[in-house]
Amino acid sequence: MEKQYKVIVGLGSCGIAAGGLKVMEAIKAKQATTPVTVSVDETGCMGMCYKEVLVEIVNPDGKSYIYGNVTPDKVDRLFAEHIGNGQPITEWVVQGCDLKTSEDSFFDKQERIVLRRCGKINPESLDEAIAMDAYKAIGKAIKTMTPEQVIEEVLASGLRGRGGAGFPTGMKWKFANASKGSKKYIICNADEGDPGAFMDRSVLEGDPHAVLEGMMIAGYAIGADEAYIYARAEYPIAIKRLKIAIKAAEERGLLGKNVLGTNFNFKIKIKEGAGAFVCGEETALISSIEGKRGMPRIRPPFPAQSGLFGKPTNINNVETFANVAYIILNGAGSYNKYGTEKSKGTKVFALAGKIARGGLVEVPMGIALRDIIYEIGGGTSSGKPFKAVQMGGPSGGCIPAHLLDTIVDYDSVNQTGAIMGSGGMIVMDEDNCMVDIARYFLSFTQSESCGKCTFCKIGTNRMLEILTRLTTGEGREGDIELLEELSDQIRRNALCGLGQTAPNPVLTTLKYFRHEYEAHIKDKKCPAKQCRPLIKYVILEDKCIGCTACSRVCPVKAISGEPKKAHKIDSSLCTKCGACKEKCRFSAIEID
Amino acid sequence: MHNQEIQAAYGYLPKDVLDKMCEKTGMFPTQVMGVATFYSQFRLEPTGEHVIKICFGTACHVNGAEKVADALADELKVEFGGTTKDGKFTLETVACLGCCSLAPVIMIDEEAYGRLTPDSARKIIRDYYETGRA
Ligand SMILES: Cc1cc2nc3c(=O)[nH]c(=O)nc-3n(C[C@H](O)[C@H](O)[C@H](O)COP(=O)(O)O)c2cc1C
Ligand code: SF4
Ligand code: FES
Repeated sequence: MEKQYKVIVGLGSCGIAAGGLKVMEAIKAKQATTPVTVSVDETGCMGMCYKEVLVEIVNPDGKSYIYGNVTPDKVDRLFAEHIGNGQPITEWVVQGCDLKTSEDSFFDKQERIVLRRCGKINPESLDEAIAMDAYKAIGKAIKTMTPEQVIEEVLASGLRGRGGAGFPTGMKWKFANASKGSKKYIICNADEGDPGAFMDRSVLEGDPHAVLEGMMIAGYAIGADEAYIYARAEYPIAIKRLKIAIKAAEERGLLGKNVLGTNFNFKIKIKEGAGAFVCGEETALISSIEGKRGMPRIRPPFPAQSGLFGKPTNINNVETFANVAYIILNGAGSYNKYGTEKSKGTKVFALAGKIARGGLVEVPMGIALRDIIYEIGGGTSSGKPFKAVQMGGPSGGCIPAHLLDTIVDYDSVNQTGAIMGSGGMIVMDEDNCMVDIARYFLSFTQSESCGKCTFCKIGTNRMLEILTRLTTGEGREGDIELLEELSDQIRRNALCGLGQTAPNPVLTTLKYFRHEYEAHIKDKKCPAKQCRPLIKYVILEDKCIGCTACSRVCPVKAISGEPKKAHKIDSSLCTKCGACKEKCRFSAIEID
Repeated sequence: MHNQEIQAAYGYLPKDVLDKMCEKTGMFPTQVMGVATFYSQFRLEPTGEHVIKICFGTACHVNGAEKVADALADELKVEFGGTTKDGKFTLETVACLGCCSLAPVIMIDEEAYGRLTPDSARKIIRDYYETGRA
């Protein structure tokens, strides 16, 4: 093929949400009218979600440059200067092979195993995946290794489940392998229920073949010939790309009957979830695939003994599977050279919240949280002091600033009271109220509790009532103790992880930010000035010049005053929407 | 789950269709309703012409989703879960749309809008009513 320029647009969910399709349209229009031949392609998430839309231009000699914040009106200049004159537009480049940019530190500490092909290939092209080693590992496994050797390799790698609990993957496979029965199943848990986490979605969208191959290897290891991917219904792009990937692999003889000409058969089906967080729990997920209400049941029997349709079943998370082919292909040693004694390899995190560089990052285990948040993430987006990072979503907790030297491994994170979780990392600054965040998570778990256990269903409801009371200024003496008592009882008496871990967001914020709870109760004040019933918007007379901008923007007409004279807010009308404060250019509006 | 297929065809789960399904499959209405009400995806009422999903995920929450939500509810004069009188919009809340780095985010039908403020969210609705396009 003749050497030419390649233009690649990042079209993961985030790229599309930021306007990637419009950029793609503009590029295609330009491609048609440019005298030089240019190939145009798409890829998944490149990781730098904060710079979306991202466009990579690869020169005929292979040099690559990634542009950030691309909009359709920048496309002309990209074609004229970079492709026309061979001059990369350095001020727009966020990563360039021979350029230093301010964004390089985003990648410096990252190590990409799970994301090895994410953002590098067109996820809808099997050939591009194969060119980067896809399906080599399954070939190696079925042709040169016994199932037991595969399991040994995974055990030796130290890989632990990335769905949250961190159970050793090789061990799980060993149990499923040992289970008697000619029919067994593999399930990939792609329910990704933690609201604010998008690791699994990005992997599925960016490199579906990595997950499929991991599932096949697991199938070979335990003796399963059929598999399901249970995918969140809110992930239409991931589901579409998975379907394309499955079809392409089947047509190529990589999946289905007689994989690669051997007598190994493997079929993968997709099952769409229907929006219930508890279905991420493995027994609930299984019952959901069976078409029932997704409610957890008591284990044992574990899925490895009796799972889907009563057959031995091995269930792993998306990211867990995405590691497997790398381990088999490169050997356990290439994986366990990263990490700490008990937490090997790398972990993908979805950095979001009040973070300057939000996106998808993959780091070696053992890295300090501080490095993730400051070196990679660039600190808070607001520039205000960092307050806490939430890990583990509704099952996890908030880690405060003074514990930022905590390293990323299962045990160290557990010690803080949070959990590693599946990889959601939400950064909060001083404007975020910790009582509010606890209330937020409890309202989530409360509404998602399946209702099987009294302590979970009613207990979380009671906790939510108390937290709502606190955030609305109705807090009572003794509420903190009541929260602690309820937490303890729910933890001990709930059947599944949802209930058992639901109190964690409350317990960790109580542990590190007790004074905020006390201020809500005793002083009826919200120190972060976030809880609306506890705050008041006021205009500082000496700063207000009477420009009337605020009174015009107030949706409830709570602001009055004559032009050029200081204005006033009528608190009885004010809904505390904050529109005025945002509008004011003279910092004349304050929250009291 | 037959419910998913019914919803894909009708946009919601009409009662008479569910009744018919029970007749045909021999399932009990309690089983069918049990599943239909367990999952948040299923609707028992038809929606407006466009569905607005406001993300209430964690990233959006800490970036002020509540204010955006209130502004939209006020602009459209509907409650969450409700449909506007003119039948144009249904306003729903969801737990994470997966574009957390653009928080706060809403999705109108299949299109996501990110980095919103209460103001810019209102503007999207006003623009719609002016141009007739979401
Ligand atoms: C309430 C609840 C929600 C869960 N949600 C998920 C999820 O969204 N994705 C996931 O992979 N695991 C989830 N899990 C964990 C699964 O039950 C299971 O442990 C995991 O899928 C096993 O895979 P792994 O060993 O590869 O981590 C959840 C558990 C509970 C209790
Ligand atoms: S702990 Fe909660 S979610 Fe889990 S089974 Fe019991 S009621 Fe259901
Ligand atoms: S939290 Fe809103 S998109 Fe994820």
